[in-house]
Amino acid sequence: MTEDWRDSQEILVMDGRIKVPYAWSAGEVGTTYLESLRDAERFLGTRCPVCGIVYHLPRMHCPDCFEACPEWVELESTGTLVTWTIARRPHPALSPLAPPFGFGVIRLDGADTGFLHLLYGFGVGSLRSGMRVEAVFARERTGSILDVSHFRPSREVV
Amino acid sequence: MVGVGMTVQRSSRRDVTGVELINEAVRAALSDAAMTRKDIDAVVIGNMDHFEGINYVDTWSVDGSGALGKPVMKMTTGGTTGTTVAMGAYYHVASGMFDRVLAIGWEKNSESDTTGAIITAFDPFWDRPTFGGAVAGLALEATQYMAETGASEEDAAYVAVRDRKNALNNPYAHLRMELTIQAIMETPYLAWPVKLGDMCPRTDGACALVFASEDVADDFPNPPAWVRGLADRHLWAYTSDPYVNQKVKGGTWFPAMEMATRELYDRVGITDPLEQFDVAELYLPYSFAGLRYMESLGFCERGGGPELVRSGATDMGGKCPVNPSGGVLSSNAIGATGLLRVAEAALQMQGRAGDRQVQGASLALATGFGGCYWSDEIVLGSEMPDVGRG
Ligand SMILES: [Zn+2]
Repeated sequence: MTEDWRDSQEILVMDGRIKVPYAWSAGEVGTTYLESLRDAERFLGTRCPVCGIVYHLPRMHCPDCFEACPEWVELESTGTLVTWTIARRPHPALSPLAPPFGFGVIRLDGADTGFLHLLYGFGVGSLRSGMRVEAVFARERTGSILDVSHFRPSREVV
Repeated sequence: MVGVGMTVQRSSRRDVTGVELINEAVRAALSDAAMTRKDIDAVVIGNMDHFEGINYVDTWSVDGSGALGKPVMKMTTGGTTGTTVAMGAYYHVASGMFDRVLAIGWEKNSESDTTGAIITAFDPFWDRPTFGGAVAGLALEATQYMAETGASEEDAAYVAVRDRKNALNNPYAHLRMELTIQAIMETPYLAWPVKLGDMCPRTDGACALVFASEDVADDFPNPPAWVRGLADRHLWAYTSDPYVNQKVKGGTWFPAMEMATRELYDRVGITDPLEQFDVAELYLPYSFAGLRYMESLGFCERGGGPELVRSGATDMGGKCPVNPSGGVLSSNAIGATGLLRVAEAALQMQGRAGDRQVQGASLALATGFGGCYWSDEIVLGSEMPDVGRG
């Protein structure tokens, strides 16, 4: 075999980073929802006038019926854990919570659909699909979905 | 399909830039079809947004893709990008406007933070602040699947063992290893119940396919692999939707895959996929998918995935071998991955898959998976379909 110059070539690698600022609008629906979380610690959903589904997170339009959903519905801060997983390593980009913490899909009482949030304050091995959970609100609230710090196993009396 | 080109799939291809990697696959496909760049009428190309930090990939890649002075269109749909590129090239030809169209999928995962890039696909208000990336997203599905069917982590590990063992027959594959269920079980948890051994790797690689109209399909050295039919469904916007909203309307399991499957099987005449398909190249990004998706693709009843795969029916030599190439669990250059499923199925239909050939195979299923449980599905055959169908 003839010698190939590529075999002894050291490859140059240039490190890069793209950091672009954005200013995303939450829109009217998102603003109403987030203000309610921030100022009243209350979850809101929207109801489709055609199929009757209560969406949480709220939708301006039902994605299926494609009709406007002008009706707001007040929801509970408790709900059912639909499915979950556990993060075991810390990563500041993922969450300020110290591991182990969980990611869970939660269906709030009064809503038909679920949403993704963090789980914390549970015993390792205690999470189950179908278990009752409750929201823990953040002390400092800024108008973000993280105004809910996390969900934990419900302490309600059954 | 009349020409297939693929690069070797490796964790890092620092010896070439992205454009040069694309060029490698394109020249292989053109050579395979005994064509030159000049014979190509149009180009469809795709990769993952943000993975290499390059916008306008359609123009940036012209030196590699061969699209200089030709119609070129970029298509990107997340994990399904590769199968969407194949569908786009098929639509180009089926429309009657083009006779020879190049489909290209590629990725250099080594050049970016895969999860960092994937997170940009999700809503900045509602998903990003609480999203754990691709692995945690899949783990949510696996947890739900185990809770609803009683499937075990060992059942899933069987799939990882099968696909990586198949990869030993594929000189292009990235991870080629003979493992045991026990070895998979001993790998560390990434996000319960998903372990390192259950997940696909991050890969650099490219794939190119030449689609030709039936008018010119006999002009090439190799027998064509024919598109018998295709279907795709993309639905749901948020990470959480597939887990709950599927129960709200219709109560199905994996709605996009089941909707696409119904349409496709009806169109092609599939009533018993396990019996009728000779081989399947499925986009299984992690081991649990190899159980659950078999159910949504109609190979078995809901909850029957573990029994099906443990019966050996999906092994090489079984009724319908799944992923003779080693699949996504062995190589995942994401923008190329869906197209590789189509390319591998095409090679099977042409009888040119080498050591990974399923003898006598004449009907194949190829799929793409992505985003919030999206599904692309394509049936390939060794014979030309009836006119007017497909
Ligand atoms: Zn509706």
